[in-house]
Amino acid sequence: MSAILEVDGLFKSYGTTEILKDINVSIDKGEFLVLVGPSGCGKSTLLNCIAGLEPISGGSIRIAGQDMTEVSPKDRNIAMVFQSYALYPTMSVARNITFGMQVRGVDKATQAAKLAEVARQLQIEPLLNRRPGQLSGGQRQRVAMGRALVRDPALFLFDEPLSNLDAKLRVEMRTEIKRLHQDLGASMVYVTHDQIEAMTLATKIVVMKGGIIQQIGTPHEIYTRPANTFVADFMGSPAMNLIPARAQPDGTGSMIEIARDGADPLRLHDPRPSGVSGDILLGLRPEDMHEASKRPGEASQAGEVRIEVVEPAGADTFVVARLGGKEVTSRLSADTLARAGETLEFRFDLSKASYFAPETGERLG
Amino acid sequence: MQWLERHVPKLVLAPSFIAALLFVYGFIGWTAWVSFTRSRLLPNYDLVGTIQYERLFASPRWEVALNNLFVFGVLFIGISMLLGLLLAIFLDQKIRTEGVLRTIYLYPMALSLIVTGTAWKWMLNPGLGLEAMVRGWGFEDFTFDWITDPDMAIYTVVIAGVWQASGFVMALFLAGLRSVDGEIIKAAQVDGIPTHRIYTAIIIPSMAPIFLSAFIVLSHLAIKSFDLVIALTGGGPGYATDLPATYMYAMAFSRGDIGQAASSAMVMMMIVFAIVVPYLYSELRAKND
Amino acid sequence: MTDVPYAPPTQSRALKIALRWGLYLMLTVFALWYLLPLFVMVTTSLKSLEEIRTGSLIALPREVTLEAWRTAWSGACTGIQCEGLRPYFWNSVLLAVPAVLISTILGAMNGYVVAQWRFRGANIIFALMLFGCFIPFQVVLLPMARTLGILNIAGTIPGLIFVHVIYGIGFTTLFFRNYYVTIPAELTKAAKIDGAGFFRIFWSIFLPLSLPIIVVTVIWQFTQIWNDFLFGVSFSQAGTQPITVALNNIVNSTTGVKAYNVDMAAAIIAALPTLLVYVVAGKYFIRGLTAGSVKG
Repeated sequence: MSAILEVDGLFKSYGTTEILKDINVSIDKGEFLVLVGPSGCGKSTLLNCIAGLEPISGGSIRIAGQDMTEVSPKDRNIAMVFQSYALYPTMSVARNITFGMQVRGVDKATQAAKLAEVARQLQIEPLLNRRPGQLSGGQRQRVAMGRALVRDPALFLFDEPLSNLDAKLRVEMRTEIKRLHQDLGASMVYVTHDQIEAMTLATKIVVMKGGIIQQIGTPHEIYTRPANTFVADFMGSPAMNLIPARAQPDGTGSMIEIARDGADPLRLHDPRPSGVSGDILLGLRPEDMHEASKRPGEASQAGEVRIEVVEPAGADTFVVARLGGKEVTSRLSADTLARAGETLEFRFDLSKASYFAPETGERLG
Repeated sequence: MQWLERHVPKLVLAPSFIAALLFVYGFIGWTAWVSFTRSRLLPNYDLVGTIQYERLFASPRWEVALNNLFVFGVLFIGISMLLGLLLAIFLDQKIRTEGVLRTIYLYPMALSLIVTGTAWKWMLNPGLGLEAMVRGWGFEDFTFDWITDPDMAIYTVVIAGVWQASGFVMALFLAGLRSVDGEIIKAAQVDGIPTHRIYTAIIIPSMAPIFLSAFIVLSHLAIKSFDLVIALTGGGPGYATDLPATYMYAMAFSRGDIGQAASSAMVMMMIVFAIVVPYLYSELRAKND
Repeated sequence: MTDVPYAPPTQSRALKIALRWGLYLMLTVFALWYLLPLFVMVTTSLKSLEEIRTGSLIALPREVTLEAWRTAWSGACTGIQCEGLRPYFWNSVLLAVPAVLISTILGAMNGYVVAQWRFRGANIIFALMLFGCFIPFQVVLLPMARTLGILNIAGTIPGLIFVHVIYGIGFTTLFFRNYYVTIPAELTKAAKIDGAGFFRIFWSIFLPLSLPIIVVTVIWQFTQIWNDFLFGVSFSQAGTQPITVALNNIVNSTTGVKAYNVDMAAAIIAALPTLLVYVVAGKYFIRGLTAGSVKG
């Protein structure tokens, strides 16, 4: 497989503040890379560096095997879709899409053919003579995509393209982008702060914080085996529960002890040979806590917990309790028997649990 | 090509920047240098210390000019701000003819100060102007001859200056009044706070930055005021209405005393800096935050 | 709890109406005060000298005569010459048009660079240029007089154009910069990826967006330059003087009888172009004034 994008030891600083530190990531042709992280984590800067819109301070960026350090954005064979769409306000939709070809001196016939093709693909034919100001948010989004598509580039770059849309449209466009990726087989780099977008779109996710890559992996890897508490907390909604606990080796597995309000500590058994011991943070996804009465299993993984809040959310009901002194959320079915103020017996699926060192937040085992 | 592409923005900005360096900073430097020499009709570049400044502050004419600047500045700024604020609040009461009134209040700002000076000079003319008019109405003892009275002439400059600039202050304040968050005002109305209290307690305090910029613009106008005095009184009677600006001009172009002209210009610049620099500094710092 | 219905306090209707009338009265009085000089100028310019001497300041002319206007335009004396304002009016036009155009174009380019092509030090350069707007021009009069002499354009209209452009750039740059910073930087980025360069982006994307700020800047610069007196009186000589200087010379010329009606007609002629601009495009004029101060 040939790598379409390789970022090696990339550094970026403004004056003395380092924005990006030692970024190493590469994708193969046809991959969908999502850069995700909270605002200010450097993900958009990284995208701008890849596009050549920001000079880099160290390291290298190669696109299709070619070093890009001295190459200007227009010669990188990329296309980019922006958060504000960045449509040229005084040009018609058609000119917005063909402007790049016009600048590059593509002949009129080819321009028209490409425009027609893209307009059909995105179903924006009726809009071609309008100005961006006369379009709705979703329509502008499509035009911005069209402007990128006509380039037929080696690499598509997306900078939070859906964050200005309302919730419903965002889901629709997300599906559309995914379909586009499948149909074109194109390589894409996509920046977002929305972890659901990251999970649904990516073939590979890069989680960033403070200019440092926290974890690179498939959506499944990131979700089930987060590299540290930051990733565990950031990816998934509601977030992974991080419960202070004590672990003791017990046979091949370990015994996990969690403080509980108004009762003896909860003692749960993890049969996996994880080898953890001492003070730890137990990371447990809300869907890995079950209502014991509805899911028979080992008694060694069950225990009663007092319920503080019950939040019905349609298909699921979120139940908030307190364990190890922290709020813990579980995702139960809509017909749960849980009532605020009462206790409920939970069954904990420790085979899916993660363990983290409390001081560093790094994953254990 | 690459190099050119990268540096085009700098090359575009360069001529203007070099012009500013030369014709603003270079020239200030030249004037500063000459203010420390014995230059008379022609510049002389031998530094002799602060002799020009000593002459300046010993000159009774300069003393009058500085005094006038103080009197004119305080009254011009104070009255313009007060009148501007008053008019802005009046106009903010859902006045049906607001557009027309605003146009009338503001038009003097479009005029040259020379025109303003000419018009007021005529109206203040004791023999044929306002004084004569009121006397014509039967008030035979009415006197309004400030323009020819050395003690009062500076106040005629204030009148004409306020007439010219107060509409502008009104426009600034009106824009400020309109930019106050409507929800805060609604909240206050629901709380039962009377209209005049809403103005004094909520709206006016929130316009502090506008007061500041109005003050800066007016003081800047006051210090630079030259045209108005020339057209209205010519600095007279005698030199009763001289301002630093007219003093500087007289030294530079009619008395042939370049040293005095340079030192008085430097003092003017110091006064402007004392007012403008803290303002610019706070503005730029606020923007960087 | 007693069962008294809640009666909100009401302001007496009469008081309300009285306050309203008072408000309108005040506003009208101020309007008259602002209009008075203009009214006096116009009426005086239409009277004969005889009527001025005998009649009241604010009386309407008994007999309307355009004689003063004719004299002001083509016969009044500005010192030794008696050609009226006409040649000086054209001087001001010849001076203002190029100076406005050049300073606006430079300001647009500079503002575009400072707002959209930031490089290290761009902000400092902008601040240094902006500072030039605030200096009292007295501090540059002497060296500028010498520089114009060295450049061999002393006392000429090109010399005055040069001076107005130099000291106008700060403001025009400020106007365009403040306008262009409101345009998202992503637009420039998108155009760069589309392959457009510095000038292409300016020409195809920014210029078509700029009409409002061009109008504001042109009006501001025109008003400033047309109304200028200090540079005009310092750097011109007989024959190249702008209209404000000529007006002042007419009014203060000591030869002959004081012709107040001619003075007033001349003042109105000098004021007409900027007044016209104000009446036609007042909105943009006010925007310029407030942009120059609030944002400065």
